[in-house]
Amino acid sequence: MIPRIYIPADSGALALGAEKVARAIEKELKERGVEAKIVRNGSRGAYFLEPMVEVATAEGRVAYGPVKPSDVKSLFDSGFLKGGHHKRWLGAPDKIPFFAKQTRLTFARCGINDPLSLDAYKSLGGLRGLQNAVAMAPADVVKQVTESGLRGRGGAGFPTGIKWKTVLDTAGAQKYIVCNADEGDSATFADRMIMEGDPFVLIEGMAIAGIATGATKGFVYIRSEYPHAVATMNKAVAIARKAGVLGLNVLGSPNAFDMEIRVGAGAYVCGEETSLLNSLEGKRGVVRAKPPLPAIQGLFGKPTVINNVISLASVPIIMDKGAAYYKDFGMGRSRGTIPIQIAGNVKHGGLFETAFGLTLGEIVDEIGGGTASGRPVKAVQVGGPLGAYFPRALFDTPFDYEEFAKRDGLIGHAGITVFDDSADMLKQARFAMEFCAIESCGKCTPCRIGSTRGVEVLDKVAAGIEAEKNLALVTDLCNTMKFGSLCALGGFTPYPVMSSITHFPEDFKPAPARVAAE
Amino acid sequence: MTMQAASTEIASRTASIIDEMKGLEGPLLPILHSIQEEFGHVPKDALPVIADGLNLSRAEVHGVVSFYHDFRAKPAGRHVLKLCQAEACQSMGSEAVAAKVKQLLGIGFHETTRDGSVTLEPVYCLGLCACSPSAMLDGEVIGRLDDEKIEEIVAEVRS
Repeated sequence: MIPRIYIPADSGALALGAEKVARAIEKELKERGVEAKIVRNGSRGAYFLEPMVEVATAEGRVAYGPVKPSDVKSLFDSGFLKGGHHKRWLGAPDKIPFFAKQTRLTFARCGINDPLSLDAYKSLGGLRGLQNAVAMAPADVVKQVTESGLRGRGGAGFPTGIKWKTVLDTAGAQKYIVCNADEGDSATFADRMIMEGDPFVLIEGMAIAGIATGATKGFVYIRSEYPHAVATMNKAVAIARKAGVLGLNVLGSPNAFDMEIRVGAGAYVCGEETSLLNSLEGKRGVVRAKPPLPAIQGLFGKPTVINNVISLASVPIIMDKGAAYYKDFGMGRSRGTIPIQIAGNVKHGGLFETAFGLTLGEIVDEIGGGTASGRPVKAVQVGGPLGAYFPRALFDTPFDYEEFAKRDGLIGHAGITVFDDSADMLKQARFAMEFCAIESCGKCTPCRIGSTRGVEVLDKVAAGIEAEKNLALVTDLCNTMKFGSLCALGGFTPYPVMSSITHFPEDFKPAPARVAAE
Repeated sequence: MTMQAASTEIASRTASIIDEMKGLEGPLLPILHSIQEEFGHVPKDALPVIADGLNLSRAEVHGVVSFYHDFRAKPAGRHVLKLCQAEACQSMGSEAVAAKVKQLLGIGFHETTRDGSVTLEPVYCLGLCACSPSAMLDGEVIGRLDDEKIEEIVAEVRS
């Protein structure tokens, strides 16, 4: 058997030099006259180990990482093609603690094989969910998804099945499935990883959504900052079409479903669903007032399911193993698993899929291993630029939609950014306002004007000009933005701002006092 | 080439892009991306052609082009360097990275060096948040930027 070497081609691995490693391995194989097949897989998500190279041996996979091009010669000398020991040796990937502790449902296949091999996809249980769905009545598919307890993984946490039921029950000559792949939140990369590492699971999820609701056309709206994801998805759609997974007869059934990949143009606000729909229609990405709900009047005014990548990619396993299997994981009203993305100043950064319920402290300290800088953790922002900053005092908060809401936070798309004690929370609060000002679509006043005024007032606080009065003004402004904005951009910008003020008041004291305090 | 000839050239190349793509549902963004790929920016002379081709007003087309950060009114430098300035990268010192790059290149964000070698832009998240601070150079991703990598990048765009 020709040995197989797996070298990730995921953006994160590429950013850490996977391409140079691949070239070094190719060169070494040639020089030594050794025959081996190089497979470019996705990433399993442990970015502190990337580029993580794996070899298939008689005893199973053996991983090495993080591999540098300069390690390649010695890897061959140590007999790594047979799993030989080396300073980069990690052993069987599923035994590495970071992976062993996970529950991988949505990301079960991500990073294992060539993402564009449909055969590999099928060999690991792919398409079983879709096969079940084509044999069922649409209402029964919707019922399964509803019973699984799956909620929108984009951040809003709205029950996916209920959204689908509204579209199923709304009459329309044309209905659409739109996948929101405009993953703009800092600290999040789950959508990118699945699109680059297991694109067929998203295609399968969208096809199931189509069959369940009577939609025959789908769009994936991917942000332009993700060129690798766009390329992989385009190739995967072409392969799926050729194999009859997409087309007039999905898997040979009478159901038609096809899809297109669309690319955004650098507007963060297009991650908001109605703004995304406008953008797809070729308009300015301006937010629409709701109602009407997109489920009733969505893309081109037609009934539309709009779901996040991870919501849709979680559907195949629900349809394969049943609602009860999925629902069994999790806590409270947060059912199933959530891919937590551990990012920023953290030792073991990466994607960690697990059932809901871990505490923030367990995630940051135990799984993340504390900061990369080795300094104490000061704050953790959960849920991207619109999420609250949590101090260590709130590390007992369990990862659950409702528990985070109770503490004036949100889990959003489940990205968490760790900051060490060098972070200046006044600066972070100011950035939240500044970012909102840059990205506001301009439709509603609290967001458009409020964010700019917010920057100005926080600058006054920083300069020590009537700090107390101006902090009261920011609080009042945040209240207006929270309750007066049309969408989450203006509505949630107060989360990072207010949490900074509430939990880190020492950073907002006038400059002289701050100096004196140090 | 005279100004007029240049504008006729833009119009005809734009028209053929529109012909190819106007059958798409919601064709405007894909058309604008293709035009930017063709010309390196979205030329002003292309806008009336798009408006005509899609039966929109020029104001509508202008409104869309100007809404999105990606579409350029004039060509970028030979290289485009995007530095992530979002939170995860901030936590790993992206601000200092930006300051260093700006100093080495002698330009600020949204500027192009005088010799036209490179355009520097901020970007808010490349999805490389577990490999911060990150950057994108001509579509290639780079993670865990340090002084050595920054100098390598600067040397590459300068050559």
